[in-house]
Amino acid sequence: MTTFVLINVTLLAILIATALTISGMRTLYAATMLTALFSLVTACLFVLLDAVDVAFTEAAVGVGISTVLLLGVLSLTRSREAVTPRLRRLPGAVVVLFTGGTLIYASQDLPEFGSPTTPVQTHPLTDVYLRQSQEDIGIPNTVTSVLASYRGLDTLGELVVVFTAGVAVLALLGPLMQPAEAREREVLDLVDYRVLRVVTGMLMPFILLFALYVLFHGDFGPGGGFQAGVIFASGFVLYGLVFGLDRAQQVLPRRVLWVLIAVGPVLYAGVGVANMLLGGAFLDYDTFAPDDAAAGQHIGILLVESAIGVTVAAVMTSIFFGFANRVESSR
Amino acid sequence: MIVLEIASGVLLAAGALFVISGGVGLLRFPDFYTRTHAAGLTDSAGAGLILLGLLLQGAGWETAVRLLIIMLFLALTSPTSTHILAHAARRDGVPVWREGDPRR
Repeated sequence: MTTFVLINVTLLAILIATALTISGMRTLYAATMLTALFSLVTACLFVLLDAVDVAFTEAAVGVGISTVLLLGVLSLTRSREAVTPRLRRLPGAVVVLFTGGTLIYASQDLPEFGSPTTPVQTHPLTDVYLRQSQEDIGIPNTVTSVLASYRGLDTLGELVVVFTAGVAVLALLGPLMQPAEAREREVLDLVDYRVLRVVTGMLMPFILLFALYVLFHGDFGPGGGFQAGVIFASGFVLYGLVFGLDRAQQVLPRRVLWVLIAVGPVLYAGVGVANMLLGGAFLDYDTFAPDDAAAGQHIGILLVESAIGVTVAAVMTSIFFGFANRVESSR
Repeated sequence: MIVLEIASGVLLAAGALFVISGGVGLLRFPDFYTRTHAAGLTDSAGAGLILLGLLLQGAGWETAVRLLIIMLFLALTSPTSTHILAHAARRDGVPVWREGDPRR
């Protein structure tokens, strides 16, 4: 127990130190790198809390994709923060202090750290989801069965949010309107780094294989559509960074990506409609296999997770392509 | 069994030593290239020895396979990233530190 507390305290101290350092920084490249460190430490804390699925997402999104996207943004703007006059910073400080104070005040109501008598531990509903789901759905990872089956409608909503965000970013970045015009030279192309190219070429199949593993192993361990989608996207982003945007877009034309963005929600909602046509409720996967409810659930979860993975990967990749195209056309 | 335990402990301690010395080097070394060397040590020797030590703890073959895969990936990616950092710095014309130069 003391070791556990010690590790927690150390990680939280690192987290606070990183946050303070970031807020005092003016060089945005260094701040971006520290943001990645912040996410990594957060992911470690999630692992300590036994929330491996969340930790996985945090590590993939926070450390991987968002760092690359932030660096892409930075290459479009200046890399030093503009100095805000002291007086203009005052309202921000007031808001931050007020919010922080409220949160600290609210934390008084939280149960003691590690207490076994919290409602989460004692409420019968916890037992229902942890035990009943093994009979209803029969997959070891309860997180996946809750995410994709019990609250499948919420997850559909999340997927629509990802879809909308992707479409909105693409509309803002312009590639929906401009066709790919001839570019003079590859700025993001790291062609003279031969070692990097060889190692990336070697690792690429394994990255995509790992993404597939995460997608299909989500029933048994941490993972699922969101994480797999992000890993797919990291693979494509890495390919685009190392081999140049043109080659990446030959492999994955942007039109294909745009279609794939829409495939996810359509497939997800299509599963729901299919359930209704088979005589059940929307997203009632039991109807896929009337004799064996658990088998039907497996099919439904697999389809839904694949839909999530496709859309997340396509949205992330096309946002990166959008930024990278902007970088190239602005030079 | 006791031999494995001792070997595992020694490897873990050696790995931890490499990680700590990498951290100290990162803070103390005078210029970019030497600091890159220190950081690279943490990833390759430090993490590698720690993973070897964990491998000898005997947690079943499923965990062992995963540890081996992680070791393989670290062995590929960590020297690559160190190399790329140094290569990029060299291309940007970061000068190499010589004895007597001030710390950079």
